[in-house]
Amino acid sequence: MDAISVRNLTKTYRNGVEALRGVSFNVAQGEIFGLLGPNGAGKSTTVRILATLTQPGDGTATVNGHDVVSDPAGIRRSIGYVAQASGVDRWGTGRENLVLQAQILRVPPSEIKRRVDELLEWVELTEAADKLVNTYSGGMRRRIDIAMGLVHDPSILFLDEPTTGLDPETRAALWTDLDSLRRDRQLTVLLTTHYLEEADHLCDRLAIVDQGKVVVEGTPNDLKAAIRGDTVTLEVEGDTAEAARSLRDLEDVYEVIPNGVSVIANVARGAAAIPQLVTALERSGIGVHEVTLSRPSLDDVYLQYTGHRYSAGAADQRKEA
Amino acid sequence: MITFFTDTYHLTLRHIRTTLRIPIWLFVTLTQPVIWLTLYGQLFRRVVEIPGFEADSYIQFLTPGVIIMTAFFGSAWAGMGIIEDLQHGVIDRMLATPVNRASLIAARVAHAALTVSVQSVIIIVLGMILGASVQGGVGGVLAILLLGSLLGAGFSAISNGVALLTRREETLIAIINFFGLPLTFLSTAFMASDLMPGWIRFLAQGNPVNWAVNGARDAMLGQNWASTWSYMALLLAFVLVAGFFSTQAFRVYQRSA
Repeated sequence: MDAISVRNLTKTYRNGVEALRGVSFNVAQGEIFGLLGPNGAGKSTTVRILATLTQPGDGTATVNGHDVVSDPAGIRRSIGYVAQASGVDRWGTGRENLVLQAQILRVPPSEIKRRVDELLEWVELTEAADKLVNTYSGGMRRRIDIAMGLVHDPSILFLDEPTTGLDPETRAALWTDLDSLRRDRQLTVLLTTHYLEEADHLCDRLAIVDQGKVVVEGTPNDLKAAIRGDTVTLEVEGDTAEAARSLRDLEDVYEVIPNGVSVIANVARGAAAIPQLVTALERSGIGVHEVTLSRPSLDDVYLQYTGHRYSAGAADQRKEA
Repeated sequence: MITFFTDTYHLTLRHIRTTLRIPIWLFVTLTQPVIWLTLYGQLFRRVVEIPGFEADSYIQFLTPGVIIMTAFFGSAWAGMGIIEDLQHGVIDRMLATPVNRASLIAARVAHAALTVSVQSVIIIVLGMILGASVQGGVGGVLAILLLGSLLGAGFSAISNGVALLTRREETLIAIINFFGLPLTFLSTAFMASDLMPGWIRFLAQGNPVNWAVNGARDAMLGQNWASTWSYMALLLAFVLVAGFFSTQAFRVYQRSA
Protein backbone atom coordinates (compact mmCIF):
# COMPACT_ATOMS: atom_id res chain seq x y z
CA MET A 1 0.00 0.00 0.00
CA ASP A 2 1.22 3.49 -0.80
CA ALA A 3 1.69 5.77 2.19
CA ILE A 4 -0.06 8.58 0.34
CA SER A 5 -2.24 8.34 -2.72
CA VAL A 6 -3.72 11.42 -4.36
CA ARG A 7 -6.09 11.24 -7.36
CA ASN A 8 -7.36 14.21 -9.37
CA LEU A 9 -7.59 16.46 -6.37
CA THR A 10 -9.22 19.84 -6.94
CA LYS A 11 -9.83 22.76 -4.61
CA THR A 12 -11.45 26.11 -5.21
CA TYR A 13 -11.43 28.52 -2.29
CA ARG A 14 -14.49 30.55 -1.41
CA ASN A 15 -12.89 33.67 -2.82
CA GLY A 16 -12.84 31.94 -6.21
CA VAL A 17 -9.13 31.11 -6.31
CA GLU A 18 -8.65 27.77 -8.07
CA ALA A 19 -5.78 26.39 -5.99
CA LEU A 20 -5.79 22.82 -7.36
CA ARG A 21 -6.91 21.74 -10.82
CA GLY A 22 -6.46 17.98 -10.63
CA VAL A 23 -3.40 16.91 -8.66
CA SER A 24 -2.33 13.24 -8.67
CA PHE A 25 0.70 11.49 -7.21
CA ASN A 26 1.68 8.54 -5.03
CA VAL A 27 4.19 8.37 -2.21
CA ALA A 28 5.65 4.99 -1.26
CA GLN A 29 6.39 3.93 2.34
CA GLY A 30 9.71 5.23 3.65
CA GLU A 31 10.22 7.66 0.81
CA ILE A 32 11.06 11.37 0.95
CA PHE A 33 8.75 12.88 -1.61
CA GLY A 34 8.88 16.52 -2.64
CA LEU A 35 6.27 18.84 -4.09
CA LEU A 36 8.29 21.45 -5.96
CA GLY A 37 6.83 24.61 -7.39
CA PRO A 38 6.65 28.38 -7.09
CA ASN A 39 4.61 30.16 -4.41
CA GLY A 40 0.92 29.84 -5.14
CA ALA A 41 1.30 26.65 -7.20
CA GLY A 42 -0.93 24.67 -4.83
CA LYS A 43 1.67 22.83 -2.73
CA SER A 44 0.48 24.02 0.67
CA THR A 45 -3.16 23.47 -0.24
CA THR A 46 -2.36 19.87 -1.13
CA VAL A 47 -0.62 19.31 2.19
CA ARG A 48 -3.44 21.02 4.12
CA ILE A 49 -5.96 18.68 2.50
CA LEU A 50 -3.81 15.64 3.38
CA ALA A 51 -3.44 16.89 6.98
CA THR A 52 -7.29 17.18 7.18
CA LEU A 53 -7.17 20.96 7.70
CA THR A 54 -9.21 21.75 4.64
CA GLN A 55 -11.66 19.80 2.50
CA PRO A 56 -10.93 18.87 -1.11
CA GLY A 57 -13.31 19.87 -3.89
CA ASP A 58 -13.25 16.80 -6.14
CA GLY A 59 -10.98 13.80 -6.30
CA THR A 60 -9.77 11.43 -3.62
CA ALA A 61 -6.80 11.27 -1.29
CA THR A 62 -5.77 8.63 1.22
CA VAL A 63 -3.07 8.77 3.86
CA ASN A 64 -2.01 5.43 5.38
CA GLY A 65 -5.16 4.01 3.81
CA HIS A 66 -7.44 6.51 5.56
CA ASP A 67 -9.59 8.69 3.32
CA VAL A 68 -9.25 12.44 3.96
CA VAL A 69 -13.00 13.02 3.78
CA SER A 70 -14.50 9.93 5.43
CA ASP A 71 -11.82 9.15 8.02
CA PRO A 72 -9.93 12.30 9.05
CA ALA A 73 -9.55 10.99 12.63
CA GLY A 74 -7.59 7.98 11.34
CA ILE A 75 -5.18 10.30 9.55
CA ARG A 76 -4.64 12.64 12.52
CA ARG A 77 -3.41 9.80 14.69
CA SER A 78 -0.76 8.69 12.23
CA ILE A 79 0.72 11.92 10.84
CA GLY A 80 3.01 14.66 12.01
CA TYR A 81 2.28 18.03 10.44
CA VAL A 82 4.82 20.85 10.46
CA ALA A 83 3.31 23.94 8.88
CA GLN A 84 5.12 26.84 7.31
CA ALA A 85 3.77 29.07 10.10
CA SER A 86 5.38 26.92 12.79
CA GLY A 87 2.45 26.73 15.22
CA VAL A 88 4.62 26.49 18.31
CA ASP A 89 3.41 28.44 21.33
CA ARG A 90 6.03 31.17 21.71
CA TRP A 91 5.09 31.83 25.32
CA GLY A 92 5.77 28.27 26.37
CA THR A 93 9.12 26.55 26.74
CA GLY A 94 10.33 23.97 24.25
CA ARG A 95 9.62 21.20 26.74
CA GLU A 96 6.12 22.47 27.61
CA ASN A 97 5.26 22.62 23.92
CA LEU A 98 6.41 19.06 23.35
CA VAL A 99 4.63 17.70 26.43
CA LEU A 100 1.32 19.34 25.47
CA GLN A 101 1.66 18.12 21.89
CA ALA A 102 2.30 14.58 23.20
CA GLN A 103 -0.76 14.85 25.46
CA ILE A 104 -3.15 15.94 22.73
CA LEU A 105 -1.69 13.28 20.42
CA ARG A 106 -2.61 10.65 23.03
CA VAL A 107 0.92 9.50 23.84
CA PRO A 108 0.54 7.32 26.98
CA PRO A 109 1.39 9.52 30.02
CA SER A 110 4.03 7.04 31.24
CA GLU A 111 5.98 7.48 27.98
CA ILE A 112 5.75 11.24 27.56
CA LYS A 113 8.79 12.22 29.60
CA ARG A 114 11.06 9.69 27.95
CA ARG A 115 9.94 10.58 24.42
CA VAL A 116 10.22 14.33 25.02
CA ASP A 117 13.73 14.00 26.49
CA GLU A 118 14.78 11.79 23.62
CA LEU A 119 13.49 14.22 21.00
CA LEU A 120 15.02 17.26 22.69
CA GLU A 121 18.33 15.43 22.58
CA TRP A 122 17.84 14.49 18.95
CA VAL A 123 17.17 18.09 17.86
CA GLU A 124 19.96 19.30 20.18
CA LEU A 125 17.70 21.49 22.28
CA THR A 126 18.27 19.81 25.65
CA GLU A 127 19.99 22.89 27.04
CA ALA A 128 17.36 25.30 25.74
CA ALA A 129 14.46 23.01 26.67
CA ASP A 130 13.29 25.14 29.58
CA LYS A 131 13.65 28.51 27.87
CA LEU A 132 10.68 30.23 26.20
CA VAL A 133 10.45 29.46 22.48
CA ASN A 134 10.20 33.23 21.98
CA THR A 135 13.91 33.43 22.78
CA TYR A 136 14.89 30.74 20.22
CA SER A 137 16.74 31.51 16.98
CA GLY A 138 15.14 30.69 13.63
CA GLY A 139 17.01 27.42 13.35
CA MET A 140 16.12 26.35 16.89
CA ARG A 141 12.45 27.10 16.22
CA ARG A 142 12.49 25.00 13.10
CA ARG A 143 14.06 22.14 15.05
CA ILE A 144 11.43 22.35 17.80
CA ASP A 145 8.75 22.43 15.05
CA ILE A 146 10.07 19.19 13.62
CA ALA A 147 10.34 17.61 17.07
CA MET A 148 6.66 18.55 17.63
CA GLY A 149 5.74 16.66 14.48
CA LEU A 150 7.58 13.55 15.67
CA VAL A 151 6.49 13.40 19.31
CA HIS A 152 3.98 10.58 18.76
CA ASP A 153 6.25 8.58 16.47
CA PRO A 154 4.10 9.06 13.35
CA SER A 155 4.63 6.99 10.23
CA ILE A 156 4.23 10.00 7.94
CA LEU A 157 5.62 13.49 8.37
CA PHE A 158 4.39 16.51 6.40
CA LEU A 159 6.86 19.38 6.14
CA ASP A 160 5.45 22.48 4.51
CA GLU A 161 8.30 24.70 3.29
CA PRO A 162 10.64 23.58 6.08
CA THR A 163 13.52 25.87 5.14
CA THR A 164 11.74 29.02 3.94
CA GLY A 165 13.04 32.09 5.71
CA LEU A 166 16.12 30.38 7.09
CA ASP A 167 19.61 31.66 6.40
CA PRO A 168 21.81 29.44 4.18
CA GLU A 169 23.82 27.98 7.07
CA THR A 170 20.73 27.03 9.06
CA ARG A 171 19.21 25.57 5.92
CA ALA A 172 22.26 23.39 5.33
CA ALA A 173 22.11 22.22 8.96
CA LEU A 174 18.44 21.35 8.55
CA TRP A 175 19.19 19.34 5.42
CA THR A 176 21.61 17.29 7.50
CA ASP A 177 18.88 16.81 10.12
CA LEU A 178 16.40 15.67 7.50
CA ASP A 179 18.98 13.28 6.08
CA SER A 180 19.45 11.73 9.50
CA LEU A 181 15.67 11.59 9.88
CA ARG A 182 15.58 9.35 6.86
CA ARG A 183 18.45 7.26 8.23
CA ASP A 184 17.29 6.94 11.86
CA ARG A 185 13.56 6.46 11.46
CA GLN A 186 11.58 4.50 8.93
CA LEU A 187 9.56 7.55 8.10
CA THR A 188 7.67 8.66 5.03
CA VAL A 189 8.18 12.38 4.43
CA LEU A 190 6.14 14.63 2.18
CA LEU A 191 7.80 18.02 1.89
CA THR A 192 7.03 21.08 -0.15
CA THR A 193 9.66 23.50 -1.29
CA HIS A 194 10.25 26.22 -3.80
CA TYR A 195 14.01 25.66 -3.74
CA LEU A 196 15.14 23.57 -6.70
CA GLU A 197 18.42 22.58 -5.08
CA GLU A 198 16.59 21.50 -1.94
CA ALA A 199 14.28 19.19 -3.84
CA ASP A 200 17.26 17.83 -5.77
CA HIS A 201 19.28 17.23 -2.62
CA LEU A 202 16.64 15.81 -0.29
CA CYS A 203 14.00 14.01 -2.28
CA ASP A 204 13.92 10.40 -3.40
CA ARG A 205 11.17 11.38 -5.80
CA LEU A 206 9.39 14.61 -6.54
CA ALA A 207 6.49 16.11 -8.40
CA ILE A 208 6.71 19.50 -10.04
CA VAL A 209 3.54 21.48 -9.35
CA ASP A 210 2.59 24.42 -11.49
CA GLN A 211 -0.68 26.35 -11.47
CA GLY A 212 -2.56 23.72 -9.50
CA LYS A 213 -1.38 20.71 -11.49
CA VAL A 214 1.40 18.15 -11.30
CA VAL A 215 3.32 18.61 -14.53
CA VAL A 216 5.81 15.78 -14.05
CA GLU A 217 6.76 13.22 -11.39
CA GLY A 218 9.90 11.10 -10.93
CA THR A 219 13.29 10.81 -9.25
CA PRO A 220 15.49 13.91 -9.61
CA ASN A 221 17.99 11.87 -11.64
CA ASP A 222 15.40 10.41 -14.00
CA LEU A 223 13.86 13.81 -14.54
CA LYS A 224 17.22 15.34 -15.36
CA ALA A 225 18.22 12.40 -17.57
CA ALA A 226 15.08 12.88 -19.61
CA ILE A 227 16.23 16.34 -20.56
CA ARG A 228 18.21 16.11 -23.77
CA GLY A 229 21.55 17.82 -24.10
CA ASP A 230 23.51 20.29 -22.00
CA THR A 231 23.04 23.91 -21.13
CA VAL A 232 25.52 26.54 -22.26
CA THR A 233 25.12 29.98 -20.73
CA LEU A 234 26.86 32.79 -22.61
CA GLU A 235 27.18 36.20 -21.04
CA VAL A 236 27.29 38.64 -23.93
CA GLU A 237 27.54 42.36 -24.42
CA GLY A 238 24.65 44.15 -26.04
CA ASP A 239 21.24 42.86 -26.99
CA THR A 240 20.70 39.26 -25.91
CA ALA A 241 17.70 38.81 -28.22
CA GLU A 242 19.88 39.63 -31.21
CA ALA A 243 22.56 37.25 -29.93
CA ALA A 244 19.93 34.53 -29.59
CA ARG A 245 18.88 35.01 -33.23
CA SER A 246 22.41 34.45 -34.49
CA LEU A 247 22.67 31.14 -32.61
CA ARG A 248 19.24 29.69 -33.28
CA ASP A 249 19.97 28.12 -36.67
CA LEU A 250 23.23 26.44 -35.78
CA GLU A 251 23.50 22.68 -36.02
CA ASP A 252 22.92 20.68 -32.80
CA VAL A 253 21.38 23.68 -31.02
CA TYR A 254 17.91 22.71 -29.80
CA GLU A 255 16.78 25.89 -28.16
CA VAL A 256 18.09 29.37 -27.33
CA ILE A 257 16.60 31.62 -24.66
CA PRO A 258 17.75 35.22 -24.14
CA ASN A 259 17.15 36.69 -20.67
CA GLY A 260 18.56 40.18 -20.94
CA VAL A 261 21.94 39.41 -19.39
CA SER A 262 22.91 36.17 -21.03
CA VAL A 263 21.84 33.70 -23.68
CA ILE A 264 21.00 30.17 -22.58
CA ALA A 265 21.49 27.55 -25.28
CA ASN A 266 20.36 23.96 -25.05
CA VAL A 267 22.77 21.92 -27.15
CA ALA A 268 23.48 18.25 -27.96
CA ARG A 269 27.07 18.11 -26.67
CA GLY A 270 28.19 21.07 -24.66
CA ALA A 271 31.96 20.77 -24.97
CA ALA A 272 31.81 20.46 -28.76
CA ALA A 273 29.28 23.28 -29.14
CA ILE A 274 31.07 26.02 -27.21
CA PRO A 275 33.67 26.97 -29.90
CA GLN A 276 30.93 26.94 -32.51
CA LEU A 277 28.66 29.21 -30.44
CA VAL A 278 31.43 31.69 -29.60
CA THR A 279 32.55 31.86 -33.22
CA ALA A 280 29.01 32.51 -34.42
CA LEU A 281 28.56 35.35 -31.95
CA GLU A 282 31.87 36.98 -32.83
CA ARG A 283 31.06 36.75 -36.51
CA SER A 284 27.91 38.81 -35.74
CA GLY A 285 30.08 41.31 -33.86
CA ILE A 286 28.84 40.32 -30.38
CA GLY A 287 31.51 40.05 -27.68
CA VAL A 288 31.36 37.17 -25.19
CA HIS A 289 32.33 37.80 -21.55
CA GLU A 290 31.80 34.44 -19.99
CA VAL A 291 30.76 30.94 -20.96
CA THR A 292 29.51 28.29 -18.56
CA LEU A 293 28.54 24.72 -19.31
CA SER A 294 26.12 22.83 -17.09
CA ARG A 295 24.57 19.40 -17.06
CA PRO A 296 20.76 19.47 -16.97
CA SER A 297 19.39 20.72 -13.64
CA LEU A 298 15.90 20.65 -12.19
CA ASP A 299 15.69 24.20 -13.48
CA ASP A 300 15.86 22.79 -16.99
CA VAL A 301 13.34 20.10 -16.11
CA TYR A 302 11.00 22.79 -14.89
CA LEU A 303 11.47 24.83 -18.05
CA GLN A 304 10.86 21.80 -20.23
CA TYR A 305 7.54 20.88 -18.62
CA THR A 306 6.06 24.26 -17.82
CA GLY A 307 7.37 26.31 -20.72
CA HIS A 308 8.74 29.01 -18.45
CA ARG A 309 11.87 29.54 -16.40
CA TYR A 310 11.69 28.77 -12.71
CA SER A 311 11.12 31.68 -10.40
CA ALA A 312 10.04 31.08 -6.83
CA GLY A 313 7.62 33.98 -6.85
CA ALA A 314 6.28 33.34 -10.35
CA ALA A 315 2.70 32.55 -9.44
CA ASP A 316 2.41 35.60 -7.21
CA GLN A 317 3.47 37.84 -10.05
CA ARG A 318 0.95 36.23 -12.35
CA LYS A 319 -1.81 36.81 -9.82
CA GLU A 320 -0.93 40.46 -9.53
CA ALA A 321 -0.73 40.91 -13.28
CA MET B 1 -16.03 12.45 26.70
CA ILE B 2 -12.89 11.50 28.67
CA THR B 3 -10.76 13.12 25.97
CA PHE B 4 -12.84 16.29 26.36
CA PHE B 5 -11.94 16.58 30.04
CA THR B 6 -8.26 15.61 29.76
CA ASP B 7 -7.68 17.83 26.70
CA THR B 8 -9.49 20.76 28.30
CA TYR B 9 -7.42 20.29 31.45
CA HIS B 10 -4.09 20.24 29.59
CA LEU B 11 -4.98 23.19 27.36
CA THR B 12 -6.27 25.23 30.32
CA LEU B 13 -2.93 24.71 32.06
CA ARG B 14 -1.21 26.15 28.99
CA HIS B 15 -3.39 29.30 29.12
CA ILE B 16 -2.81 29.72 32.86
CA ARG B 17 0.95 29.37 32.37
CA THR B 18 0.88 32.02 29.64
CA THR B 19 -1.07 34.44 31.85
CA LEU B 20 1.28 33.95 34.78
CA ARG B 21 4.22 34.78 32.49
CA ILE B 22 2.93 38.26 31.69
CA PRO B 23 4.63 40.17 34.51
CA ILE B 24 2.32 43.17 34.29
CA TRP B 25 -0.78 41.00 34.59
CA LEU B 26 -0.58 40.59 38.36
CA PHE B 27 0.17 44.28 38.82
CA VAL B 28 -2.80 45.40 36.71
CA THR B 29 -5.07 42.82 38.33
CA LEU B 30 -4.19 44.16 41.76
CA THR B 31 -4.16 47.88 41.05
CA GLN B 32 -7.05 48.34 38.62
CA PRO B 33 -9.78 47.44 41.14
CA VAL B 34 -8.15 49.77 43.68
CA ILE B 35 -8.43 52.58 41.16
CA TRP B 36 -12.06 51.75 40.32
CA LEU B 37 -13.09 51.36 43.94
CA THR B 38 -11.41 54.57 45.13
CA LEU B 39 -12.15 56.65 42.00
CA TYR B 40 -15.83 55.76 41.61
CA GLY B 41 -16.16 55.34 45.37
CA GLN B 42 -15.08 58.94 45.93
CA LEU B 43 -16.72 60.41 42.85
CA PHE B 44 -20.19 59.06 43.60
CA ARG B 45 -19.79 58.88 47.40
CA ARG B 46 -22.80 61.07 48.11
CA VAL B 47 -25.33 59.39 45.79
CA VAL B 48 -26.38 57.17 48.70
CA GLU B 49 -27.92 60.30 50.19
CA ILE B 50 -30.41 60.49 47.34
CA PRO B 51 -33.81 59.36 48.63
CA GLY B 52 -34.60 55.89 47.27
CA PHE B 53 -30.96 54.75 47.18
CA GLU B 54 -31.10 51.87 49.58
CA ALA B 55 -27.55 51.16 50.62
CA ASP B 56 -25.55 51.69 53.79
CA SER B 57 -22.54 53.07 51.97
CA TYR B 58 -21.57 53.56 48.36
CA ILE B 59 -18.52 51.29 48.70
CA GLN B 60 -20.88 48.53 49.88
CA PHE B 61 -23.01 49.15 46.81
CA LEU B 62 -20.07 49.56 44.42
CA THR B 63 -17.93 46.51 45.33
CA PRO B 64 -20.12 43.90 43.55
CA GLY B 65 -20.38 46.31 40.60
CA VAL B 66 -16.60 46.54 40.25
CA ILE B 67 -16.24 42.76 40.62
CA ILE B 68 -18.63 42.14 37.75
CA MET B 69 -17.27 44.97 35.62
CA THR B 70 -13.77 43.51 35.94
CA ALA B 71 -15.08 40.03 35.10
CA PHE B 72 -16.92 41.39 32.07
CA PHE B 73 -14.07 43.40 30.57
CA GLY B 74 -11.44 40.78 31.35
CA SER B 75 -13.33 38.03 29.57
CA ALA B 76 -14.47 40.22 26.69
CA TRP B 77 -10.80 40.44 25.63
CA ALA B 78 -10.37 36.65 25.71
CA GLY B 79 -10.72 36.43 21.92
CA MET B 80 -7.40 38.23 21.42
CA GLY B 81 -5.61 35.06 22.48
CA ILE B 82 -7.28 32.90 19.84
CA ILE B 83 -6.49 35.48 17.14
CA GLU B 84 -2.83 35.37 18.12
CA ASP B 85 -2.93 31.58 17.98
CA LEU B 86 -4.64 31.66 14.57
CA GLN B 87 -2.02 34.01 13.20
CA HIS B 88 0.87 31.91 14.46
CA GLY B 89 -0.55 28.62 13.20
CA VAL B 90 -1.13 27.23 16.70
CA ILE B 91 -4.78 26.39 16.00
CA ASP B 92 -3.93 24.65 12.71
CA ARG B 93 -1.18 22.68 14.42
CA MET B 94 -3.73 21.48 16.98
CA LEU B 95 -6.45 20.78 14.41
CA ALA B 96 -4.08 18.37 12.66
CA THR B 97 -4.05 16.29 15.87
CA PRO B 98 -6.90 14.20 17.38
CA VAL B 99 -7.42 16.88 20.08
CA ASN B 100 -11.05 17.20 21.15
CA ARG B 101 -12.44 20.12 19.11
CA ALA B 102 -14.72 21.43 21.87
CA SER B 103 -11.75 21.49 24.26
CA LEU B 104 -10.04 24.16 22.16
CA ILE B 105 -12.84 26.57 23.13
CA ALA B 106 -13.69 25.09 26.54
CA ALA B 107 -10.12 25.54 27.79
CA ARG B 108 -10.20 29.24 26.92
CA VAL B 109 -13.57 29.65 28.63
CA ALA B 110 -12.37 27.76 31.72
CA HIS B 111 -9.27 29.94 31.82
CA ALA B 112 -11.39 33.09 31.69
CA ALA B 113 -13.63 31.82 34.51
CA LEU B 114 -10.61 31.00 36.68
CA THR B 115 -9.01 34.37 36.03
CA VAL B 116 -12.27 36.05 37.01
CA SER B 117 -12.41 34.08 40.27
CA VAL B 118 -8.91 35.15 41.27
CA GLN B 119 -9.66 38.79 40.47
CA SER B 120 -12.98 38.64 42.31
CA VAL B 121 -11.33 37.41 45.50
CA ILE B 122 -8.83 40.28 45.30
CA ILE B 123 -11.59 42.86 44.82
CA ILE B 124 -13.71 41.44 47.67
CA VAL B 125 -10.73 41.77 50.01
CA LEU B 126 -10.03 45.32 48.81
CA GLY B 127 -13.69 46.25 49.18
CA MET B 128 -13.67 44.96 52.73
CA ILE B 129 -10.55 46.99 53.52
CA LEU B 130 -12.33 50.07 52.16
CA GLY B 131 -15.38 49.45 54.34
CA ALA B 132 -17.68 47.02 52.54
CA SER B 133 -18.93 43.99 54.44
CA VAL B 134 -19.91 40.56 53.13
CA GLN B 135 -22.93 39.79 55.25
CA GLY B 136 -23.64 36.74 53.12
CA GLY B 137 -20.54 35.05 54.60
CA VAL B 138 -18.59 32.27 52.88
CA GLY B 139 -21.69 31.25 50.94
CA GLY B 140 -22.01 34.82 49.72
CA VAL B 141 -18.40 34.92 48.55
CA LEU B 142 -18.76 31.59 46.73
CA ALA B 143 -21.96 32.80 45.07
CA ILE B 144 -20.21 35.98 43.90
CA LEU B 145 -17.32 33.95 42.47
CA LEU B 146 -19.76 31.66 40.68
CA LEU B 147 -21.77 34.56 39.25
CA GLY B 148 -18.61 36.30 38.06
CA SER B 149 -17.25 33.08 36.56
CA LEU B 150 -20.49 32.39 34.71
CA LEU B 151 -20.52 35.90 33.27
CA GLY B 152 -16.82 35.58 32.38
CA ALA B 153 -17.37 32.19 30.75
CA GLY B 154 -20.25 33.55 28.66
CA PHE B 155 -18.46 36.65 27.44
CA SER B 156 -15.20 34.82 26.76
CA ALA B 157 -17.14 32.32 24.64
CA ILE B 158 -18.74 35.19 22.69
CA SER B 159 -15.39 36.94 22.36
CA ASN B 160 -13.74 33.77 21.05
CA GLY B 161 -16.62 33.22 18.64
CA VAL B 162 -16.37 36.77 17.29
CA ALA B 163 -12.59 36.34 17.01
CA LEU B 164 -13.01 33.15 14.97
CA LEU B 165 -15.48 34.85 12.63
CA THR B 166 -13.55 38.09 12.11
CA ARG B 167 -9.96 36.84 12.66
CA ARG B 168 -8.80 40.42 13.07
CA GLU B 169 -7.71 42.11 16.26
CA GLU B 170 -8.93 45.50 15.05
CA THR B 171 -12.48 44.22 14.54
CA LEU B 172 -12.61 42.62 17.97
CA ILE B 173 -11.29 45.79 19.60
CA ALA B 174 -13.94 47.87 17.82
CA ILE B 175 -16.74 45.53 18.90
CA ILE B 176 -15.63 45.47 22.53
CA ASN B 177 -15.35 49.26 22.59
CA PHE B 178 -18.81 49.54 21.08
CA PHE B 179 -20.55 47.23 23.56
CA GLY B 180 -18.33 47.48 26.63
CA LEU B 181 -19.40 50.69 28.35
CA PRO B 182 -23.10 50.58 27.35
CA LEU B 183 -23.47 47.10 28.85
CA THR B 184 -21.74 48.31 32.02
CA PHE B 185 -23.92 51.39 32.40
CA LEU B 186 -27.12 49.55 31.46
CA SER B 187 -26.73 47.81 34.80
CA THR B 188 -26.91 48.63 38.49
CA ALA B 189 -23.11 48.53 38.75
CA PHE B 190 -22.98 52.22 39.70
CA MET B 191 -26.58 53.30 40.18
CA ALA B 192 -29.55 51.85 42.03
CA SER B 193 -32.28 50.42 39.85
CA ASP B 194 -34.99 52.59 41.43
CA LEU B 195 -33.18 55.74 40.38
CA MET B 196 -32.69 54.71 36.75
CA PRO B 197 -34.79 56.22 33.96
CA GLY B 198 -37.52 53.75 33.00
CA TRP B 199 -36.08 52.84 29.61
CA ILE B 200 -32.67 52.04 31.08
CA ARG B 201 -34.26 49.91 33.76
CA PHE B 202 -36.16 48.09 31.01
CA LEU B 203 -33.06 47.44 28.88
CA ALA B 204 -31.05 46.42 31.94
CA GLN B 205 -33.45 43.54 32.58
CA GLY B 206 -32.11 41.76 29.49
CA ASN B 207 -28.45 42.52 30.21
CA PRO B 208 -26.36 39.59 31.54
CA VAL B 209 -23.98 42.11 33.17
CA ASN B 210 -26.92 43.46 35.15
CA TRP B 211 -28.02 39.94 36.17
CA ALA B 212 -24.55 39.27 37.55
CA VAL B 213 -24.35 42.61 39.37
CA ASN B 214 -27.77 42.16 41.00
CA GLY B 215 -27.05 38.56 41.93
CA ALA B 216 -23.66 39.48 43.40
CA ARG B 217 -25.13 42.36 45.40
CA ASP B 218 -27.84 40.11 46.86
CA ALA B 219 -25.24 37.44 47.67
CA MET B 220 -23.05 40.02 49.38
CA LEU B 221 -25.92 41.15 51.57
CA GLY B 222 -26.98 37.55 52.10
CA GLN B 223 -30.64 38.56 52.31
CA ASN B 224 -32.35 37.50 49.13
CA TRP B 225 -30.94 34.09 48.16
CA ALA B 226 -33.90 33.29 45.90
CA SER B 227 -32.97 36.29 43.79
CA THR B 228 -29.30 35.19 43.67
CA TRP B 229 -30.30 31.71 42.51
CA SER B 230 -32.57 33.01 39.78
CA TYR B 231 -29.86 35.32 38.42
CA MET B 232 -27.48 32.36 38.46
CA ALA B 233 -29.97 30.33 36.43
CA LEU B 234 -30.30 33.17 33.92
CA LEU B 235 -26.51 33.40 33.61
CA LEU B 236 -26.24 29.65 33.14
CA ALA B 237 -28.65 29.94 30.22
CA PHE B 238 -26.53 32.82 28.89
CA VAL B 239 -23.38 30.64 29.08
CA LEU B 240 -25.12 27.85 27.16
CA VAL B 241 -26.24 30.21 24.40
CA ALA B 242 -22.78 31.81 24.23
CA GLY B 243 -21.13 28.39 24.17
CA PHE B 244 -23.37 27.30 21.32
CA PHE B 245 -22.50 30.46 19.40
CA SER B 246 -18.76 29.90 19.81
CA THR B 247 -18.86 26.25 18.73
CA GLN B 248 -20.85 27.28 15.64
CA ALA B 249 -18.28 30.00 14.93
CA PHE B 250 -15.57 27.34 15.20
CA ARG B 251 -17.40 25.20 12.63
CA VAL B 252 -17.60 28.16 10.28
CA TYR B 253 -13.87 28.74 10.74
CA GLN B 254 -13.04 25.12 9.94
CA ARG B 255 -15.28 25.04 6.88
CA SER B 256 -13.84 28.22 5.43
CA ALA B 257 -10.21 27.14 5.98
